Parts: sequence; C-alpha cells; structure tokens
Amino acid sequence: MSILVIAEHDNSALNANTLNTLNAAAKIGGDITLLVAGSDAQSVVDEAAAIASVSKVLSANDAALADGLAENIAWLVNGIAANYTHVLAPASNFGKNFLPRVAAMQDVMQVSDIVDVVSADTFVRPIYAGNALVTVKSSDSVKLITVRSTAFDAVEATGGSAAVEELAFGEAFEGVSFVSRDVTVSERPDLATAPIVVSGGRGVGSKEDFAIIEKLAEKMNAAVGASRAAVDAGYAPNDFQVGQTGKVVAPDIYFAIGISGAIQHQAGMRESKVIVAINKDEEAPIFQIATYGIVADLFDVVPELTEQLS
Amino acid sequence: MKVLVAVKRVVDYNVRIRVKSDGSGVDTDNVVMSMNPFDENGLEEALRMKQAGIATEIVAVTVGTEQSQDTLRSALAMGADRAILIKADEAPEPLGIAKLLSKVVEQEEPGLVILGKQAIDDDSNQTGQMLAALLNWPQGTFASKAEFEGDSVNLTRETDAGLETIKINLPAVITTDLRLNEPRLPKLPDIMKAKKKPIDMVEAASFGVDLAPRLEVVSVSAPEARKPGVIVANAAELIDKLKNEAGVL
Repeated sequence: MSILVIAEHDNSALNANTLNTLNAAAKIGGDITLLVAGSDAQSVVDEAAAIASVSKVLSANDAALADGLAENIAWLVNGIAANYTHVLAPASNFGKNFLPRVAAMQDVMQVSDIVDVVSADTFVRPIYAGNALVTVKSSDSVKLITVRSTAFDAVEATGGSAAVEELAFGEAFEGVSFVSRDVTVSERPDLATAPIVVSGGRGVGSKEDFAIIEKLAEKMNAAVGASRAAVDAGYAPNDFQVGQTGKVVAPDIYFAIGISGAIQHQAGMRESKVIVAINKDEEAPIFQIATYGIVADLFDVVPELTEQLS
Repeated sequence: MKVLVAVKRVVDYNVRIRVKSDGSGVDTDNVVMSMNPFDENGLEEALRMKQAGIATEIVAVTVGTEQSQDTLRSALAMGADRAILIKADEAPEPLGIAKLLSKVVEQEEPGLVILGKQAIDDDSNQTGQMLAALLNWPQGTFASKAEFEGDSVNLTRETDAGLETIKINLPAVITTDLRLNEPRLPKLPDIMKAKKKPIDMVEAASFGVDLAPRLEVVSVSAPEARKPGVIVANAAELIDKLKNEAGVL
C-alpha cells in the first residue's frame, strides 16, 4: 500500500487536521507520502518532513497554488494519484472543495468524511447527520477519501526526517482567480481542536448579548461556537457554526447555551466527551444528549458560572 | 442565460431517521420527504438572477424515481420554468449523478449550474465539484454570496477560517451554502400554475453512462446512544460535577 496525504496549510504552518488525517493513513497501513502544495511554503515543508509517520514529502511550489484553488490543486493531485493506492485529505472545507474534483477526473467514487478504517478498502462514514453509520467497501483501484479529523487522534508532529522531493506544477486553470480573504480574527483557541468549546444559540438573543458566551469562553480558555440559528441571525460569524454542515467538534467539554439541539446541531457535537446544556426550556432536545443540564435562564446561570470558575 | 438547478428529494430535515433492524439501510417508508434544503437555496438564487434580468430560463433537474416528480413540482411552484426527471430506480452515487448531469448540460447548454453543497441524506458533498471537473468548468463551492458581472461571478465562499472571495468565469458550477439567501415559500396560485408546467421524463439508462455503484454498502448501523445525563440545580453544582465526577476540569 502507498498512501498520498494532502496537507492543509496556510503557506506558513501546517493545519492540525493534517496530523489526524495521517493517523487514518497509518491505520490503512503502508508508505505515506505527504504533499505540500503551496507558494513559498518552506516552513510547512519543514514541518511536514519532521513528522515521524511520513516517509516522503512532495513539495509543489507555485503562485497558482497559494490560495487553495480547487481547480489547480485537483490538477496537481490528479497527475500523481495513479501512483498510489489511496489519496487522503482532511474533510475540511479545503478537502471537500478539491478532492471530489480529483475523483471525477480519476473516475473514482470518493468516500467522504470517514470516521473509521475497517480495512484497506472498507471504511465507516456517517450519513443522515450522523444518525446512521454506513460501512462501505470501495472497488476503485485508487481510493479517494476525506477524513473526519475528530475521529482520529493526531500523529506525533516530530521525530522524523523524511526526504523532500520537488513536484512541478503545470499551468494554472483559466477562468478562476483568488480575490480576497476575510478571516475571522479571534483571541480564542481554534474551534476544531480546542479541548473546551462554549457555544451559543438563538436563546442568546442578540449579537451584543453573545458577549456573555465569549466571557465564559475566555474564563475557560475555550473556543467559541454557535448554532446555525445564531449564525443566521448574525450573532456570530459563519466559521463559528457547529453542526451537520458546519464544523464537527469533539472536545472534552461542550457547553450548549441557549441551543435547543436540532438534529443538525447534534451532528456537529454529539461525540463530545461531556456535554453541558443550559436552556430554560426543559423540553429542549439538547437535554436528551447532555451529560449535565441546567434548566434556567442563561442570563442568570452563565454569569454565575463565569464568576465561580477559578 | 439559462440556469440549470439540480434538486434532490430527501428525507425532511426534521425527521429523526431509524436504521433498519437488519442493518441493510435506513427506513424511509412513510416518512416526510422534501427538497434538500441547500437545493432550495440554489433555486432561490436562480430565481433572483431571473428577477435581476441575469437569467432568462430556469430548468430544474433531478435524478430519482417517479416520486421525485413531487420535488420537481415544488421547484416549478417556486418559479422554475420547466423540469427534467432522469428516472433511476436505484439511486446512483454522486459520481453517477454528476455524469448524468454533465449529459444534461451538453443538451441544455446552460451558462450556469447551481447545486446544493451537499444532500442531507448521504452527506457526501461531492456532486457539484465532480460535475465541474467532468465539464472542465471552474467551481465556486459553499457560496454565501454571488455577484454577477458580465461573463464572470464574484463569489463569496464560506471557509473554515471565515470567508473568501474568488472570481470565476462562466460557464461555471456553483454549490450553495445556507446563508446564500432565504428561499421563498410558494403561494397557492403558483402551486396551481406549477401543475401545468412541463416535466420531461428521461430514463437514466438512455444516457449511456456507467452508473454501476463503486461502493458496496456492507452494513448500516445506528450510532452508539449517549448515556442519559442528569439535571443539576445551579452553577456551583455543575462545577462540582465537572471537577469531581467527570474529571474534565
């Protein structure tokens, strides 16, 4: 088995989800090559080569690869995919964007968002917002897979010294160009990997009152999340959304505050170790999956909690 | 410009599905079905393009059984001009759907294809990107804003870090995120009018594309249920439980 993993990065640092994806690759078993496609991303290449489970790093350096445009990354990966038995990418917006494009070029049916590796050709993935798990066996000669990072522990980021090989890029795809990026700046830890997540929902009531969520998060050194209702209402930016179509998180503690717990929200947080629900509606579905629940007005309980935490 | 909008009939998003006891699949008998929510965003965007004079004709297309006509009728009631049902008894995989849609694109020659970013039943998030690849068109996925300017679109996409804007030339494939727009609810006269709008029916097999599944479903199971929790009285008791019972603080 020879496995190609596509690294996610911002040209300066490796995204942690790459380490989780590498663990899924290790479970499949075989030689692992890590592709860093970017522009002036030498620091990422260095990070990649230092990972113990990586036996080779491919470095593609081209201005056309700077911004993760799916057309260009797909072209690059398509050119080398046939050299491998498996091609893996994180099931983030980065991986979801380009890998199906490669799959169609390869005439392969991608296996999306796997949460377990049964064998080299059989994988488990959630469907229906995680309310069912399907085990599928792929008959394609190259298996293209996106990996749910919360379902696999990260591999060691150090301890290796993989050889680095340059990979030439061809011509940029015509008809697509990067314009601008509007990144949410937050003092808080990354939502996808934080051990504690504090999320607010419709019950928070306004953008101003969302500060109550941020204060508790700050006290706990937690990441801030939100339900779709809170994001739609403009209380929080889109990248805070936890759920079936937002981010999937699995922290040690997940606080669901003023969140009713629709199926779509549960899909993004039900694998959390401990779930705390604070909601004044005792019938709210979130209480059915909460480890600890408080039935009360969040505007009473949350400041109290923030105050009492040392 | 003609706009092709792909829609899918799925189990309604409010339904809590049940896994069949023999592990062969999910029980979809007698459950409420509706149009995939992301596809409603796609259709709404096309309708707004028509109102703005950018789109001239909106064609809704689906792949499914005869029952998928319901979904096409909903699309026609929202305002699509006509609809195409590609009949297939066994639901093809996203790769097969993308191949069928690429054939429809060859016939219809739209300037834009809009799809939902994922269907809420199989959660694959693949068809739009695959279609763009098969057509060798640019793609704008997870769109939350689309501004048309001559032969190109400034497309704002939702990413894990926030938002990004790309410029793509038409023809192109766009996949929608939920914040692209607020889909309209059809009014009764529109529902009545929709009954008279045409639906073309074509057999999937007539397109001559390989629809054989590449993934064999070994089994379907329910996720492990969470242990029932407890209600605590106040913040102090919660902190105590988190520290001393769960050991996570």
